[in-house]
Amino acid sequence: MSAPEFMQYACWLAYALLGVAVAFTIIRLAAGPTLADRILCLDTVSLLAASGIGVFALESSIYAYVDLSIAIALTGCLSTAAFARYLLSRKLGANS
Amino acid sequence: MMSDLATFLAAALIVAGAAFSCLAALGVLRFPDVYTRLHAASKAGLLGLGLIFLAIAVSSGDPWIALRAIAGAVFLFLTSPLAAHLLANAALKTGIPPVSNTNNLGLPPS
Repeated sequence: MSAPEFMQYACWLAYALLGVAVAFTIIRLAAGPTLADRILCLDTVSLLAASGIGVFALESSIYAYVDLSIAIALTGCLSTAAFARYLLSRKLGANS
Repeated sequence: MMSDLATFLAAALIVAGAAFSCLAALGVLRFPDVYTRLHAASKAGLLGLGLIFLAIAVSSGDPWIALRAIAGAVFLFLTSPLAAHLLANAALKTGIPPVSNTNNLGLPPS
């Protein structure tokens, strides 16, 4: 098997694994008992989106997507911090 | 020949990174409370994205793109644990209970 062909199969496998991961996370996002669980799920989804964009940058060799992936990952971290501050300021209880 | 080797290495790295991301999501789905879920999401998910950035750095062949990918991974490794710590702190302070067999948190009851 040649190297580009191997890379293509590896990218398809990676897309499948990331799709399953997003499905798991969205099940937890719908079911999560507290608001902190849902914030955690949003953080995980942003990390998974950045991973998918990174795989696409490798598959298509358009490396401008690397910047996009870094930007989404950093924005996800910042939004998690902002949601955590919001959670602290609202003083939400265990069942909300 | 060298670039073939880099391509095979990058393919192995992206499959490993996607597998770690999938395991992180499985942990988010299956673990019992928000604190244990934070362990899975922040550590395994970050490692998955870091491996994918490493694959980009190996496979691109351009040192500037490799430098950008590695700098992105380093910034991510600095900021993501901070966000996870803030979220765990907020969850603890708003009184979300840990799973029942957690022993001593080392904190006074609030």
